[in-house]
Amino acid sequence: MASVTLKNVSKTFGAYDVIRSIDLEIADGEFTVFVGPSGCGKSTLLRLIAGLVPVSEGDVFIGGEQVTDVPASKRGLAFVFQSYALYPHMNVSRNISFALETARLGKDEIPRRVAKVAEMLKIGHLLDRRPRQLSGGQRQRVAIGRALVGQPEVFLFDEPLSNLDADLRMEMRFEIAKLHADVKTTMIYVTHDQTEAMTLADRIVILNQGRIEQVGRPRELYDRPANRFVAGFLGSPRMNFAPLDRTASSGGVLRGVGGFYHAAELADADGPVEIGLRPEALKLVSAETKGAIRGTFERMEDLGYEYVCYVRLDETLVWTVRSTGSPPAFATSQPVGLGWQPENLYLFGEDGRRIDHGGAMQLASGASL
Amino acid sequence: MSAAERMQRQQNRTAWLFLLPLIIALVGVAIWPLARSIFFSFTDAFLDAPANYGFVGIDNFITVAEDPVFWRAVKNTLFFTVISVGLETLLGLAIALLLHRAFIGRGIVRAAILVPWAMPMVVSTRIWEWMLNDQFGLVNKLLVTVGLVEKGIAWTAEPSLILYTVIFIDVWVTTPFMVLLILAGLQLIPEEIYEAAEVSGVPHWKRFWSITLPLATPAIGVAMLFRTLDALRMFDLSYVLAANNENTMTMSIYARDQLISFQDLGVGSAASTWVFMIIGLIAILIVGVLRLDRATG
Repeated sequence: MASVTLKNVSKTFGAYDVIRSIDLEIADGEFTVFVGPSGCGKSTLLRLIAGLVPVSEGDVFIGGEQVTDVPASKRGLAFVFQSYALYPHMNVSRNISFALETARLGKDEIPRRVAKVAEMLKIGHLLDRRPRQLSGGQRQRVAIGRALVGQPEVFLFDEPLSNLDADLRMEMRFEIAKLHADVKTTMIYVTHDQTEAMTLADRIVILNQGRIEQVGRPRELYDRPANRFVAGFLGSPRMNFAPLDRTASSGGVLRGVGGFYHAAELADADGPVEIGLRPEALKLVSAETKGAIRGTFERMEDLGYEYVCYVRLDETLVWTVRSTGSPPAFATSQPVGLGWQPENLYLFGEDGRRIDHGGAMQLASGASL
Repeated sequence: MSAAERMQRQQNRTAWLFLLPLIIALVGVAIWPLARSIFFSFTDAFLDAPANYGFVGIDNFITVAEDPVFWRAVKNTLFFTVISVGLETLLGLAIALLLHRAFIGRGIVRAAILVPWAMPMVVSTRIWEWMLNDQFGLVNKLLVTVGLVEKGIAWTAEPSLILYTVIFIDVWVTTPFMVLLILAGLQLIPEEIYEAAEVSGVPHWKRFWSITLPLATPAIGVAMLFRTLDALRMFDLSYVLAANNENTMTMSIYARDQLISFQDLGVGSAASTWVFMIIGLIAILIVGVLRLDRATG
């Protein structure tokens, strides 16, 4: 087991900066998830740690030792690929034991380890089969078994569940979480799926355009996003945003879509230019309700346990409202109000940073405007 | 007849209709000449009057089998096939492995290595015949200048050397073909398999031996099969270089001599049929040993 440290790590492919000076410390035994939109560099970052791709600048440390120039085969890691990357011409047993054949282990050690891993992952009955005779979920178990058997210092997962269907993905997610609880090895997991990130991670690293946007515990990132990117990335449906028109400010009042935002103490030069409210922080109310944001009802999606409503605030802006219980009965194009609480309001500055407002924001009666 | 049966029948008819041009072409250029050749091998016909013949049973086959020149040709052909295909496979694999790595100018190199394969065999043979000429040849000139030999070696005239010269030219011409087929096989192996092996600490030689070789075997096997069948019926190279010199005579040249030079349609056809049977047997053996029909990777 080992910690992983990145110091000022950069990677360029030609003229393209994929990773831009990243500093990151991952503690021993921690489950860290790299998440971000496609092309954000998360897979490249994982490959840099594995040594499959050399860094352009900076240093990589594993277990406190500098491994920047150590080849992948000597870093003591295990890598689980999205495509599983099983050896197609070997049976499951040999797939798992292949890397041990040159590891100078005792004669009985290899079968013992294979048996142990097979039992742990419940693949004992598949040991004689070839990869092409296995289902996707079974293949991924074998791939994880192959990673486990080498007793690595660090596990690296590159979107391991992306090729599985929804049910199996949930099952394997649970298995991976259990695996981490059992072996307690450092794990770094790359995904574009925020559900996997939120459910698996001790800490989430949110990447965007080769940079770290924020690092933190899942709940921390959800409740206190550092900026507009993180706020918009985590959560499904994503956070609702609306611009504030600062040129129309007068007497400490900023004008926003769907009503007036009273923001006396924030209307200075560094003040907010955008507001955000999560779909579950909104409530559908009648259009006349005092303090509600006004819009027209567009569409409702009933998902059984919960429902999502789409409310149009103006020509370009549609907000979502998520709630449980029995769906409301509004007709399309009917005016509705969106009720909200000041403590749920997020404010973002010109540079995208979130501005702490201490719950002081209030919405003035906007009925006449 | 139900509608489904009618439709099935119509589809079958359409399928046969699509196959018809191919069947006609196959019968016209392969099956008919082959059948005629086998037919004439049981007769005493001569090439100047093939309509005038009588049946002689298997006499022609016995004549060929008792001719030491034929067995010399078989020996030459087998020796040539084993050595040249062996060398081509090894060289082809080595060059394919080199070309499989990404480097600057790989596209140009890939195209460039095809040049020998693209040239007509007669042209390549003539080029090498001149380069290997004992008095005026470039190769001997170089060897003498460097001081390796005192006077030029008669590569294409010395009886003990000429078969090796044939093998050398064949290797030069057909290695690119091997390279391309094996390279195609190598490119089918997913990169991530190697990365998986690398990360789990499998050394280079083991990755080659236990991953690359087994996964490239179907491609190498098919390439070897093609080349072997090609080499077994080799005619042009030997004939252009040395005509019916016994040291380089192949089975095909022997059959051609009987047929054209001696005008003996019956014995010539029997020799051709022998060649056909020998090649067929070897092809079946190779397919069986490599299990190419079942190789699915």
